[in-house]
Amino acid sequence: MNDNPLIALAGYFALLSLFAVGGANAAIPEMHRIAVEVMHWMTDRQFADSFAISQVSPGPNIIIVTLIGYHVAGLAGAAVATAAMCGPTCVLAFLVARTWDRFKEARWRIAIQVGLVPVSLGLIAASAFVLARSADHNIYAAAITAITAIIGFASRINPLWIFAVGGVLGLSGWL
Amino acid sequence: MTSEEFNEAFALSQFLPGPNVVNFSVVFGSRFGGAPGAAVALAGLMGPPLIIVTILAILYARYGDVEALGRILTGITAAATGLLIAVVAKMATPLFSKRWDWAPLIAIAAFTGVAIMQWPLPLVFAVLAPVSVVSAWMTR
Repeated sequence: MNDNPLIALAGYFALLSLFAVGGANAAIPEMHRIAVEVMHWMTDRQFADSFAISQVSPGPNIIIVTLIGYHVAGLAGAAVATAAMCGPTCVLAFLVARTWDRFKEARWRIAIQVGLVPVSLGLIAASAFVLARSADHNIYAAAITAITAIIGFASRINPLWIFAVGGVLGLSGWL
Repeated sequence: MTSEEFNEAFALSQFLPGPNVVNFSVVFGSRFGGAPGAAVALAGLMGPPLIIVTILAILYARYGDVEALGRILTGITAAATGLLIAVVAKMATPLFSKRWDWAPLIAIAAFTGVAIMQWPLPLVFAVLAPVSVVSAWMTR
């Protein structure tokens, strides 16, 4: 699985797509583990940069896999990584959509949905941890993270404004 | 699509693993036009962003080493991380205040396994998801 980067991208992301309960935000730690720790495709810094780019890009946040794929193997890598991350779950969504009416009230289905929420929560918290370790190298960066957390919790401001302020403060050279 | 149908499609896409918005486009599209509808909805959702992000990937490959760009991206990551923490806090509030005692333990175990121990996600999921679903089943 390690020789051809395209096969590795396809294998890892296809598998990940089926375990990413809670969407792209829940999948960040596993992407980081594979891309930085296991496969050494990119540095910690490059991973955090890819996350930042995916946040300011239009479209779903899962598009970070396109950036990782491009970094690993150019346009082919971008295409393979994106297809692998979206393909299996799209097929599953299509198949389940046709039978959903039959079991949407079933007790087992509700138990699965309720039971997966705390797992998602732990995974998203892990994402924040992994990213904070990459980005918050000093007290100013940590302060931005803390202040943004409070603003995000207390208001419904458009995230793009927050990213703009974060980017300008970053450019200022404090972080 | 009525608002009830919308809510059902939304609930289903939350229920499925993987990117929720992508799932939603497939469920939504298939309700209207079967497999071709799903394909069109998916292409509509992903097509334009993929073109833009590919251009950004090419630019980053070329200019990623520029110091000013790196500083800007670090600032954005620091801010985006704060927003993730806000999401976690919003999700945790109802979960930690309900009488389902297991939920906080499961969340903390998932966090510890993935963030601190850095165990593979499929492994952590295979252990915690069944435990959590069974405990949710027994509680209800």
